[in-house]
Amino acid sequence: MAKIKGAVVVNVERCKGCNLCVVACPSNVLALNKEANSKGYNYSAMVDADSCVGCAACALVCPDACITVYKVRI
Amino acid sequence: MTINDIINPANLVYAKTKVMNDVPMHYCPGCSHGVVHKLIAEIIEEMDFQEKTIAIAPVGCAVFAYKYLDIDWQQAAHGRAPALATAVKRLLPDRLVFTYQGDGDLAAIGTAETIHAANRGENIAIIFINNGIYGMTGGQMAPTTLMGMKSSTSPNGRTVPLNGHPLDITKLLAQLDGTCYVTRQSVHTVGTVRKTKKAIRLAFENSMAGKGTSVVEIVSTCNSGWKMTPEASNDWMVENMFPVFPMGDLKNL
Ligand SMILES: Cc1ncc(C[n+]2csc(CCOP(=O)(O)OP(=O)(O)O)c2C)c(N)n1
Ligand code: SF4
Ligand code: SF4
Ligand code: SF4
Repeated sequence: MAKIKGAVVVNVERCKGCNLCVVACPSNVLALNKEANSKGYNYSAMVDADSCVGCAACALVCPDACITVYKVRI
Repeated sequence: MTINDIINPANLVYAKTKVMNDVPMHYCPGCSHGVVHKLIAEIIEEMDFQEKTIAIAPVGCAVFAYKYLDIDWQQAAHGRAPALATAVKRLLPDRLVFTYQGDGDLAAIGTAETIHAANRGENIAIIFINNGIYGMTGGQMAPTTLMGMKSSTSPNGRTVPLNGHPLDITKLLAQLDGTCYVTRQSVHTVGTVRKTKKAIRLAFENSMAGKGTSVVEIVSTCNSGWKMTPEASNDWMVENMFPVFPMGDLKNL
């Protein structure tokens, strides 16, 4: 069976650390970073990149359009 | 396969549409306004209408919407967006014309303009963000504030003797002969975001087909005004707003 692997790129400076992508991700890939961006927001980042399936749930609910999603079949 | 192999334009499944520019939006973290802006931008890109859209911005938190979506905009006096949209659409009928309004703008100061534009069946789409409160000015009670809901002008909660009943203006608009499509949606989950996108697209298509007025209410959160986290606001909305403002189509001709 083909396996699906995904990855996301968060626009760190655009992110406001609202946590909605973290909650929306079905695979618990994302978490807010301990480091903050230049505006003081703890931005979202992949903490379990291996589990990402590229479903784009995080990107769809992000109010600030910060997330770009990629997906491959292997 | 490494992450860098996956992050490749050939594998792209989702990216911000170019109709939404790179100017950072002023909305509070987690505000529903951002999600709806993004959907509108995506639909305009998909319809290839970037050069043919004229949107009317309200007074309210979305007053600066024109800074973020690269389409033509006019900003109306408080509540007057449907009147301005009427003029624009009548003068330029080949353009997609929509208003973007909060509940204070649409259902309080702009009640007359809203009802009469919809009753005349103007060929416009009305995008109505109902967060149950005046967000911009500090969380005052709106006509849509729920019974018992606390706001800065109803600190002990809304009561009928003092404040009257919450106004379901969307239900009212569905009764008017001028409306062709009236629906209530939300944007707090993947499924609801997808449904709202379809609803706004249909409203835009109705406007271009000259079918009359379409109204898409999006039951939303104002986490700053409600004084909750964005996540808790979504839960509170589902629990408290949805029973009073239920999801789904009220009219689809
Ligand atoms: C004529 C006029 N009256 C009052 C105001 C003050 N005012 C600004 S925004 C607003 C209410 C906005 O609430 P809403 O439409 O619900 O939008 P939100 O900010 O919640 O998105 C009010 C009363 C104004 N700007 N102009
Ligand atoms: S694309 Fe899907 S699996 Fe990957 S981080 Fe986003 S929500 Fe999680
Ligand atoms: S939803 Fe968007 S703004 Fe919110 S934390 Fe995630 S990436 Fe940042
Ligand atoms: S005050 Fe409320 S409606 Fe306005 S940007 Fe903040 S969360 Fe959104």
